[in-house]
Amino acid sequence: MAKHPSQVEHSTRLPYARTKTLGRWGLPKDIRKNPWLYIMLTPVLLYFTVFNYYPMYGALIAFKDFSPRLGIMGSPWVGWEHFESFFQGIYFWRIIKNTLLISIYELIFAFPAPLILALLLNEVRKTLFKRTVQTLTYMPHFISLVVVCGIIKEFTMSDGIINDLFSFFGWERVSMLLESEYFRTIFISSGIWQNIGWGTIIYLAALAGIDQEQYEAARMDGASRWKQMLHVTLPGILPTIIILFILEMGRIMNVGGEKIILLYNPSIYDTADVISSYVYRMGLQEFDYSFGSAVGLFNSAINFTLVICSNWLSRKMNNTSLW
Amino acid sequence: MRRGREGAGASTLGKIFDVFNYTFLTVLTICTLYPLVYVLFASLSEPTLYMQHSGILWKPLHFNLNAYRLVFENPMIIRGYINTFIVLAGGLVLNMILTAFGAYALSRKGLRYRKQLMLFIVFTMFFNGGLIPLYFTVKGLGLTNTLWSLIIPQAISAFNLIIMRTAFEAVPDSLEESAKIDGANEFVILFRIMIPLCMPVMAVMLLYYGVSHWNSWFSAMIYVQDRSLYPLQLVLRELLLLNDASSMATGATGGDVAMIGETLKHATIIVATVPILFVYPFLQKYFVKGAMIGAIKG
Repeated sequence: MAKHPSQVEHSTRLPYARTKTLGRWGLPKDIRKNPWLYIMLTPVLLYFTVFNYYPMYGALIAFKDFSPRLGIMGSPWVGWEHFESFFQGIYFWRIIKNTLLISIYELIFAFPAPLILALLLNEVRKTLFKRTVQTLTYMPHFISLVVVCGIIKEFTMSDGIINDLFSFFGWERVSMLLESEYFRTIFISSGIWQNIGWGTIIYLAALAGIDQEQYEAARMDGASRWKQMLHVTLPGILPTIIILFILEMGRIMNVGGEKIILLYNPSIYDTADVISSYVYRMGLQEFDYSFGSAVGLFNSAINFTLVICSNWLSRKMNNTSLW
Repeated sequence: MRRGREGAGASTLGKIFDVFNYTFLTVLTICTLYPLVYVLFASLSEPTLYMQHSGILWKPLHFNLNAYRLVFENPMIIRGYINTFIVLAGGLVLNMILTAFGAYALSRKGLRYRKQLMLFIVFTMFFNGGLIPLYFTVKGLGLTNTLWSLIIPQAISAFNLIIMRTAFEAVPDSLEESAKIDGANEFVILFRIMIPLCMPVMAVMLLYYGVSHWNSWFSAMIYVQDRSLYPLQLVLRELLLLNDASSMATGATGGDVAMIGETLKHATIIVATVPILFVYPFLQKYFVKGAMIGAIKG
C-alpha cells in the first residue's frame, strides 16, 4: 500500500504523524507521543508472537527427536529423517491421493454449486420467494460440524433414512460410513448441503452490481433471457468467479481435517485419511510428535507455496491480489 | 428485483424455464431443510415407535416431550452448556477488546512500521507451525485442561482484525482530529468515536466470534481431558458420534439404555442448534455484510 503524497500531507496534521521526520530515535519518541497506541498494540503483538510465531519456531522439532522432557532446544537433531520416513512410508501416497482427490472433487462439484444457485435465484422476480429461498438455504452454514456429522452418521446408517429410500428402489442396505467407496460422496455432498446457500451471497452481490443498462441494450438487440445470461450476466461476474476459484486452488491441500476426524473410522482410512487427519493421529494420538510435526510442516509449506502461486496468478489474470 | 426485465419472460420458453426454476428452487429448499425437520420430528417422537419406523417422517410419532426432559436432566449436557457459556462470555470480551485494539492501532496512518506490522499479522493467515507445535505451546503455558485453553489461543482472528481495521480506516480523520483537539486520548477515541460509528461491523465480529466459540470442539478435544470441562459440542460428539449414549443415560437399565440414547440424540441436536438458528434470522443482514466485507478483502 504505497502512500500517496497527498495522503501523507493530509495526515501530518495529526500529532502522531510527525514521526516521519524523527529519524533514528523515532520509535521511542513515537511511543512517548502516542503511548496509548503502543499499549493497545502490545497484547495484540504478544498474542501473534506466542500463538503463531512461537509454534513456527516449535516446528523445529520436525528435525529433532523431540521428547517433551528435554524440550525443543534439548532434543537431539536428526535432520530430514522424519521427512524421509514420511515420504517413504506406506501411507504417503494414500494420504496425498485422498487429499488431492477430495479437493479436486470439491472444485468440480462443490465450487460451481453456489454459482448455479445464484444464477437461478437471479432469474426469480418474486422478491419474497427469492428471499425465502436464500434465508432457508444458508441456514445449515451455522450448524456446528459435530451436529452435521451426527446427522450424516444417523442418516447413512443401514437403518437410516437414506437406506430407507434406497431400499425402496430395491438397493441393498449398507452402513455407508463403513464402506470406503461412499466416503467422498458423503463428504462432498454434505459439504454442498451445508454451504451452497452461504456461497451464493458473494455471487448475488456481484450480480447486483451489473449495470442494468447492459440488459436493456441486450434486449434491444433481441437477446433472449438465455442469451442475456450468457453475454451480460456471466461476463459481469466472471472476475468474482475467477478470484474465488483461485482462492480455492490455494487451499487445495487444506481439506477440512476436523470434519474428516469426526466422520472417519479405521475401516475407511483408505479413502478418508488426509494429511491433516494423519497429522492429528500420528502426533497427538500416537504421540509421535516429531513425525507428526514433520508431516504438518510439509503441509504448511505446500499450502504456503500454493497461496503464493495462486495470488501471483490472480494478479496476472485479474489484477486483484491478496496483498 | 429487475423490474425492467418483465417483458423478457413472456415467451413460451421463458415460461417453461420459470416453472422449472421455481420448482427446482422449491425442491432444493425442501432438501436443505428436511434433515433438520426430520431430526425435530424424531426428537418429538415416542422412541419405541421411532425405532420401528422406517422412511420419511411426516410428523412426530405420538408427540411427546420426554426426550427434552431427559436432555435437561442430563448432568453432562447441562455442564456442557455452562462451559460453553463461560467460554462464550469470556472469549467474546477478550476477542472484541483485543481485535479492536489491534485494528485501531493499525488503522492509524501515522503509526510507525504500520506496513511491517500488518505483514507480521497477515503472514500468520498463510503459514503456521502446525498442530503439534501449537499444542505444545498451549501446554507449555499451562493452559491445557482449563477453559482458558479454549479462550486465550482463540483471542484474535487475523481475518476479523483486518475486517475491523478496514472499517476503522473508513472513518474520516477529521472526527479524530477534533477529538484530539478536545483532549481525547486514543482510548477515548476508540471507544467513544470509532466503535459507535462502526456498530454494524462490531455486530458482525461479535457474531463471527460467537458462532465459532459455540461450534468449536477440536481445541477442547486436544486440550481438555477433564470431562467436567467439556463444552457442549464435545459432549455432543460423544453422544452422536462415539456411540457413547450409554454413559449419558444415567439411571436407566438394560434395554432402555439404547432407546434413551436414541431419543437423547435428536433432542440434543435440536437443543444445541436452536439458539443459533433462532438468532440468525434477526441478524442475517449483519452476517451477510460480514461475508461481503470478507470477500472484498480476500
